[in-house]
Amino acid sequence: MTDRDEIFDKVSQLIAPFNKKGVTLAEATTFAGDLEWDSLIVMDFVASVEDEFDILITMNMQAEIETVGQLVDAVEQLRSDS
Amino acid sequence: MTEAARNPMDPADETAIAPSHGRDLFSKFDALIAEREALLDTGVRDPFGLVMEQVLSPTRAIIKGKETILLGTYNYMGMTFDPDVVAAGKQALDDYGAGTTGSRVLNGTYQGHREVEEALKDYYGTAHAMVFSTGYQANLGLMATIAGKEDYIILDADSHASIYDGCALGNAQIVRFRHNSVEDLERRLKRLPPEGGRLVVLEGVYSMLGDIAPLKEMVEVAKRHGAMVVVDEAHGMGFFGEKGRGVFEEAGVEDQVDFVVGTFSKSVGTVGGFIVSNHPKFEVLRLVCRPYVFTASLPPSVVATAATSIRKLMHAGEKRAHLWENSRRLHQGLRELGFTLATPEPQSAIIAVLLADQQTTVLMWQALLEAGVYVNMARPPATPAGMYLLRCSLCAEHSREEVGRILEMFAAAGRATGVIA
Repeated sequence: MTDRDEIFDKVSQLIAPFNKKGVTLAEATTFAGDLEWDSLIVMDFVASVEDEFDILITMNMQAEIETVGQLVDAVEQLRSDS
Repeated sequence: MTEAARNPMDPADETAIAPSHGRDLFSKFDALIAEREALLDTGVRDPFGLVMEQVLSPTRAIIKGKETILLGTYNYMGMTFDPDVVAAGKQALDDYGAGTTGSRVLNGTYQGHREVEEALKDYYGTAHAMVFSTGYQANLGLMATIAGKEDYIILDADSHASIYDGCALGNAQIVRFRHNSVEDLERRLKRLPPEGGRLVVLEGVYSMLGDIAPLKEMVEVAKRHGAMVVVDEAHGMGFFGEKGRGVFEEAGVEDQVDFVVGTFSKSVGTVGGFIVSNHPKFEVLRLVCRPYVFTASLPPSVVATAATSIRKLMHAGEKRAHLWENSRRLHQGLRELGFTLATPEPQSAIIAVLLADQQTTVLMWQALLEAGVYVNMARPPATPAGMYLLRCSLCAEHSREEVGRILEMFAAAGRATGVIA
């Protein structure tokens, strides 16, 4: 398992409590469209991802992240930066 | 013969406003329009379309011909009809005219703008005070200007829209922490890179639920991690702390806070916004802060009423005590009736009643209005965690009898709508 796979699995676990419709997660799954998250869920979820990986995902970065795959890429990048 | 040109502003010609090609830019609001129509089709009154036909006092107005107790204004200290305040406004209208027609930095600073800034410096005991045309603009200006691209703004997730909008207007890196969580704030401060400036943004009172921030702990953590601190005291000015400066005064962190943002549209009783600070370079903001520079300044009558009101608020101990008594009584009374309240004890002048859903909330709101008391209805996205609220805000001018009447009306409306047994 690569680092990236591990991050994907961990992110999927963190999505689970907010995945009310039981959407199957893939790289291209979108937070706003497929998961139908509003800004309040995004806030809670981002905080949990930040705490899990000990990183900061600024709101500026969040604006660019639309899919699960993009989030995994961002986490991987932020972890290697710190 | 030529056909008359279509006038897109002619309300009689509906076809004229439909775009000839491309998507209607309004289609993004279709879901909201449908939700609103569905709600109004059930026969309830529009909670966001209310008109006060006459205003009789800080606590009474005529709404749809009926005299109504106002329990949903931010007129905490009841200054809107204070005779000295009103007289100062009339005098300024006579002496200086209706408006300035100019920016603060060009022709829009009159003697009255100076005087209200002097009143603020006296009230807060600071070296500097800068008056904006609204509180919204004060936050917009500070957030957008003080932190640049390399800097970080760390804000509470439940921050007011004006704080978020100021962040969106500027270029800083924005980090959020969970509402009122000291640990969450500290975790995020620890993760910041060492380079770049840091501004922690807090509010004394959070206006949706009426809860206050643990400012003593939060300011200590922010300072330990080298951040500047701004506290928005919009809903705390007038009745927190010995001098009525706000929650930050009561928390004993006045010497640690770099900026206080406030408004004239709540306890002061008119409209306008401000920032006070002791920072030696503060005055430069007047040149670089776009929401200060590129808008018209407040009319002379407004700054005259604000200055008079602020000076009177310095000696408003009795009003303050009565406001707190009202808040405690309403909180206790509503709790005893069986309502679910947002805070376990009365923390501010705002008491928020939590309700299950939009329909119940609107029905309860309407029942209260028909009985003769106006409260605010608040719904997502303005509220945290998807809550539906009836928000009550008390005034120092509510009499003991009025609070008693309000509780009777809540009891009747709550039973009629099935919210309480």
